[in-house]
Amino acid sequence: MRRNHKALHLISRLYMVAVLVFLYAPILVMMVLSFNEGKSRGNFTGFSLKWYGELFQNAEIMQALSNTLIIAVISSLVATVVGTFAAYGISQMNRRSQGLVMNISYLPVINPDIVTGVSLMLLFIFMRMNLGFATMLISHIVFNIPYVILSVMPRIKQMDRHLLEAAMDLGLPPLRAFLKVVLPDIMPGVISGMIMAFTLSIDDFVISFFTTSGVQNLSIYIYSSARRGIEPTVYAIMTLMFVTVVSLLLLINRKSLGRTVAKRTRI
Amino acid sequence: MSNQDALIEIRDVCKLFTDDGDEKQAVDHISLTIRRHEFVTLLGPSGCGKTTTLRMIAGFETPTSGAIYIDGKDVSAVPPYKRKVNTVFQRYALFPHLNVADNIAFGLTVKKLPKDVIAQKVDAMLRMVGLQGYNKRKVTSLSGGEQQRVAIARALVNEPEVLLLDEPLGALDLKKRKEMQIELKNMQQKLGITFVYVTHDQEEALTMSDTVVVMRGGTIQQVGTPQDIYNEPRNRFVADFIGESNIIDGIMPEDERVVIGDVSLDCVDKGFAPNEPVDVVIRPEDIYIVTQSDKGQFKGTVESVVFKGVHYEMQVRDTAGFLWLIQDTSMFAEGMEVGLIVRPEDIHIMRKSDDPNAAVYREEEAL
Repeated sequence: MRRNHKALHLISRLYMVAVLVFLYAPILVMMVLSFNEGKSRGNFTGFSLKWYGELFQNAEIMQALSNTLIIAVISSLVATVVGTFAAYGISQMNRRSQGLVMNISYLPVINPDIVTGVSLMLLFIFMRMNLGFATMLISHIVFNIPYVILSVMPRIKQMDRHLLEAAMDLGLPPLRAFLKVVLPDIMPGVISGMIMAFTLSIDDFVISFFTTSGVQNLSIYIYSSARRGIEPTVYAIMTLMFVTVVSLLLLINRKSLGRTVAKRTRI
Repeated sequence: MSNQDALIEIRDVCKLFTDDGDEKQAVDHISLTIRRHEFVTLLGPSGCGKTTTLRMIAGFETPTSGAIYIDGKDVSAVPPYKRKVNTVFQRYALFPHLNVADNIAFGLTVKKLPKDVIAQKVDAMLRMVGLQGYNKRKVTSLSGGEQQRVAIARALVNEPEVLLLDEPLGALDLKKRKEMQIELKNMQQKLGITFVYVTHDQEEALTMSDTVVVMRGGTIQQVGTPQDIYNEPRNRFVADFIGESNIIDGIMPEDERVVIGDVSLDCVDKGFAPNEPVDVVIRPEDIYIVTQSDKGQFKGTVESVVFKGVHYEMQVRDTAGFLWLIQDTSMFAEGMEVGLIVRPEDIHIMRKSDDPNAAVYREEEAL
């Protein structure tokens, strides 16, 4: 019995390791190659930061990076403001409309990116808008809003639904009451929604690709440079992107983990 | 205004809610005057419109028709943050990100009072509700009863003309609730503030109020002192809702005489049409049990006995088949043949036509 148990334990361990290897080996290889001295993909000829150096010399990459960051910052901020108010509004609806509106808001999340991307492109063209920085920004705001709503909603549901009324009762008009009383209470949901929106914006390729022309973000740059043959500088950017996204994710998880721990200790 | 003492006047107010196309008449043409310094309780079962009425006084709901006056001014269109009323919410609605002192100080901070004045008033409030030294505590770490006290302090510190309380003791256990009932009543008398209190607990209403307003289905059934409401319920619903009652069909052949089945009894009511069908209401504690069944006005058999602490509660089925609920300090064993006696002044006669919902009850009972 006991030996059986041990063997089972070992197998489950190995299984987990195998899964992790499959998941992370490719990224690890890319990260290692980004520090490779030579251009070869086959053998590691020596440690060097030269690709990172080149990366920061490359004006095209730097332009794409700054586009990515500006769009990520603006779109996540705007989506957070819009999404937070939207979530509060939805929470005040009656049950049936609430379900309906939540499903509609949820649709862009499950809709394939390519459908969202192409349809946004068609809409912009239909409205005679020139595809470029502005259209890409608008698209990012649009696809980020539902994620913010989904992240804020559970916090609102946990909240005492009379909080806003209590603040109004004590003399604050509705908007100030919301900012002073409701917002601090749902803040953790708002912050994690904003971080999620930020990472999704940095991540996105498909929707960006269809809703801009001429203006590049990092993912579009990588895609087009890949057709010319991938330079190790690309490994360097991707390593940086990976590290950024992972650290943001860890931040979200630590926030929500901290919350559950706090809850448990309270009980 | 004609009545100098009137603080709140509700005049012919209706409230209609539309939810998914269904219209619901939450409040149906009610009129009510609340006087200064009065402790008024809106009492009724859930869905009777009591909370909606309270929310209209607070300003969270606008009347569909009719008007509400506070201090002689029509406030129907005044938003809650501009009214001189404060509310204690059912589940307290304390601000979880603020500590006890900041919660209580909230209204004063909004009014931009000087810091030292605020601190003084907050301390005075904490003393009044028995939470001295709780200033820096987190509200989430407090017990239900303590949160309740903070909620009351947060409202009262603004010195409102009216304090509105929406089932404030509903979440407390029985013992805490009794304590708070007495404390609230004391605070109200000490501060001289008008309290409008919403509850479905008839005992709470009778204990605390100067005036009880019994509501049902969006309408007011009866307004009166606790004694009036208990001793002279105006209709079958009030009699049934306030305390326990035996309600039985009868006929008034003449003044001061009522016939129940084939038993004819003296009573003190008059002014009914000859042979008018009436509801006869008799409180369980007003019925006397005698062991010689022949001596009673009604004869019956004890069907069940329950010990309730102060008294025993017995059900006695009379020869006509009616099941009487009786409270007595002595016990009469199950299966015993007994007689029942009621004094004329304990018999309350109600006109069936006095009751706008009479048809509704009969329907409910038939179900």
